[in-house]
Amino acid sequence: MSLRSPIGRVRGLGSAKEGVSHWWSQRMTAVALVPLTLWFVAAVTSHVGADHAEMVAWVGSPVTAGLFILLIAATFYHAYLGLQVVIEDYFHSEAAKVVILVLIKGACFVLALIGVLSVLTLLFEG
Amino acid sequence: MATTNRPLSPHLQVYRPQLTSVLSILHRGTGIALAVGTLLLIYWLAAAAGGSESFAQAQGLIGSWVGRLLLFGWTFALFYHLCNGVRHLFWDGGYGLELPDVYRSGWMVVAGSFALTVLSWLFGYFGGGL
Ligand code: HEM
Repeated sequence: MSLRSPIGRVRGLGSAKEGVSHWWSQRMTAVALVPLTLWFVAAVTSHVGADHAEMVAWVGSPVTAGLFILLIAATFYHAYLGLQVVIEDYFHSEAAKVVILVLIKGACFVLALIGVLSVLTLLFEG
Repeated sequence: MATTNRPLSPHLQVYRPQLTSVLSILHRGTGIALAVGTLLLIYWLAAAAGGSESFAQAQGLIGSWVGRLLLFGWTFALFYHLCNGVRHLFWDGGYGLELPDVYRSGWMVVAGSFALTVLSWLFGYFGGGL
């Protein structure tokens, strides 16, 4: 027995109305985040209690700065996609859903931007 | 009409919690907690970019015992979500879907996230840093 209605199958799209691309992006960012977060924890735990000069010297290298930027990009993309699913599960009013999704998307974008600009500032300082 | 044979959604309250259901909701819970935790990461980076004064203040806040407590919680959330996320990726590839495997990988996730959390804190205190 198939649980999909015939019209749903004809349209080829599920309730998210965008097919498989959301699902795929969530998996790809998850795969990227495995090495990135392991690096992040190892790197941060080896710089516990750093002062500003040490922080600049560390993040000021292109490799560290690059890894931070990748981490920030993958994290906020993955987090937005994940939070979107959570919101879609629990909010049933279309208007509330849209408003909250836009707010979360905006917050993720702004935070990611501040993060990347901060890393670049440290890079050019170092 | 295909709609007539659809099952009802489960009524969660009448089920006894099981490893499988608890780990599943924990994945969502830790995902949300980590999303909130990004505020701290960005604050920390922005404070560093702001100069030595703001960075010293941020390091002080994060190093306070409330800061450490939060950080410890987030470390566990991160490792739990990472380990269970890898479990999800195996499932997506079609591996480990038999019930005994699901329980085995579930306990591996629990053990792995505790072990990685403790190891990284030990490393933070006694390893390269300080
Ligand atoms: C460290 C590596 C990570 C891996 C391997 C990973 C993996 C995954 C996977 C596979 C899913 C989909 C789960 C499902 O289909 O139900 C997911 C969901 C999610 N992730 Fe991650 N993730 C990681 C890091 C993060 C981080 C850093 C954040 C937040 C900043 C985050 C936030 C979320 C959220 C909010 C969801 C949605 C949860 C839900 O739908 O119940 N993840 N993650």
